[in-house]
Amino acid sequence: MLCDDCGRNEAVVHIVQIGPNGRVEKNLCETCAARYGQFMVSGRQNKDVSMDDFLKGIFSSNTRRAAAPAGKELTCPNCGMSYKDFEQTGKIGCSVCYETFRGQLEPLLRRIHGSNVHRGKIPRRSGGKLALKQTIETLRAKLRESIEQEAYEKAAQYRDRIRELEGQMQQEKGGEGDVR
Amino acid sequence: MSVNDLMRSRTLKWLNTGGNNGDVVLLSRIRLARNLRQIPFPNRADYNALAQVELQLDKTIPQIVEGLGQPFDRLDMEHISALQRQVLIEKQLISSNLVKNPQHRIAYISDDRRITIMANEEDHIRIQCTLAGFDLDHAWRLASDIDDCIENQVNLAFDEKMGYLTSCPTNLGTGMRASVVLHLPGLVYSRNMDSIVNLSPQLGLAVRSLFGTKENPSCIYRISNQLTLGLSEEELIENLKSTVNEIVAHERAARKALLYYMKDDVEDRIWRAYGTLRYARSLSEGELFGLLAKVRLGLDLKIIDEVSPECYGELLVGGRTSYLRNFAENENLSANEVDRLRAAHVRETLTRHRIGREE
Repeated sequence: MLCDDCGRNEAVVHIVQIGPNGRVEKNLCETCAARYGQFMVSGRQNKDVSMDDFLKGIFSSNTRRAAAPAGKELTCPNCGMSYKDFEQTGKIGCSVCYETFRGQLEPLLRRIHGSNVHRGKIPRRSGGKLALKQTIETLRAKLRESIEQEAYEKAAQYRDRIRELEGQMQQEKGGEGDVR
Repeated sequence: MSVNDLMRSRTLKWLNTGGNNGDVVLLSRIRLARNLRQIPFPNRADYNALAQVELQLDKTIPQIVEGLGQPFDRLDMEHISALQRQVLIEKQLISSNLVKNPQHRIAYISDDRRITIMANEEDHIRIQCTLAGFDLDHAWRLASDIDDCIENQVNLAFDEKMGYLTSCPTNLGTGMRASVVLHLPGLVYSRNMDSIVNLSPQLGLAVRSLFGTKENPSCIYRISNQLTLGLSEEELIENLKSTVNEIVAHERAARKALLYYMKDDVEDRIWRAYGTLRYARSLSEGELFGLLAKVRLGLDLKIIDEVSPECYGELLVGGRTSYLRNFAENENLSANEVDRLRAAHVRETLTRHRIGREE
């Protein structure tokens, strides 16, 4: 059989394309088939290289190191997602997954964001005392900074404020449960 | 406002000119990703779970309406046509992720169109606030207030160490994406844009060209933060703001240089673009974006003075293909028919915005 496209060489490849014109079947020679292959690849690359693909790659390279020694496969008790599923989708299943896979996720987060600790907004209700804790943390950082700059008056102010807030925390203790 | 008005309206408040640094910064946007505790994220949820999210979010809306003092339109993606969904995407009122599977996907859009709350997009809840000009702080406060209001009524997924939990780990922590849309004809025409695009990843920012093509650059770029964890929202916004300020300064310098070194050529190109828009009988979408970029530059440089700058935002909305198809109430219009309709629309808009000359 001769190639459907060039009609010169022996057809060695059979391809089926499904496109806007329905199903198209062709028998092609090696040179012509190579052209099709390139077409398909370049067409897809422009469109489909997304953050998801990227993540999938990171996920799987991550597991090879982190999850392999564990042996048994870890699944989320809430939504039933396994770590394998991440490698395929690059998406997390539910809020409980973060707890389940914390060990595997933390190095990944450091790689994406350069950090694995949240320093932003804290929800007022479910955040509980966390907001207070975070304020104290920032004040401590400022305290250290002002001591380094030898601005002792300012430092004293920060110190008093921290004491005040820590007192508040002591008082509230026992009131609220765990965040999660 | 009815769904029909929402589809047919050609004005979007945040596309108006005259915002802060409005000659370069078209709009500022804050998007927050939030999820409910325990319920599987939308990509893993069954209809039952999705319906639960829908129900919970429905209940939070009255308090938001009360707090903001303006009504919201509730649009169920399953109950509007595919074309209508496309119009909403074109107008940037919803994201394309929301309509991949329309079941239980809801958009609540505020009366002034600045706020959209989406249910069951990539995350359970997405809050999006868009303001005209360079106004990220205000947009962040608005989004954060709505977030507080929702958080008061539902249990959000939050972890002490990892912050707000999101479906995609790239949004984890603050769940915030801050972005500004810039019009950069000076940098594009003086061929300086590549260096800015190449530089931004080092600053933790992403620059993306919107609309347009290589031959017909729209000169519109979106720049947004890439990191969401490890820094506070204010720090992330500050980082974006300082970079944008830098770009704005470069853009103004580039425009000045263009005017100084090749004034005649610049004027000629701007007026030709304006003339084409005013009289063309058929315009493709790409061509429209390319010409609009020059006309907008002409308006900013006060070279074109016979139409009001408001026409720019209207053309950006009313010149889009899905908008026109929906307007003609015929989703099967051929490309040629759409191009003719587009040209007619552009002519009509420019005539309506013409500033009467007394003398």
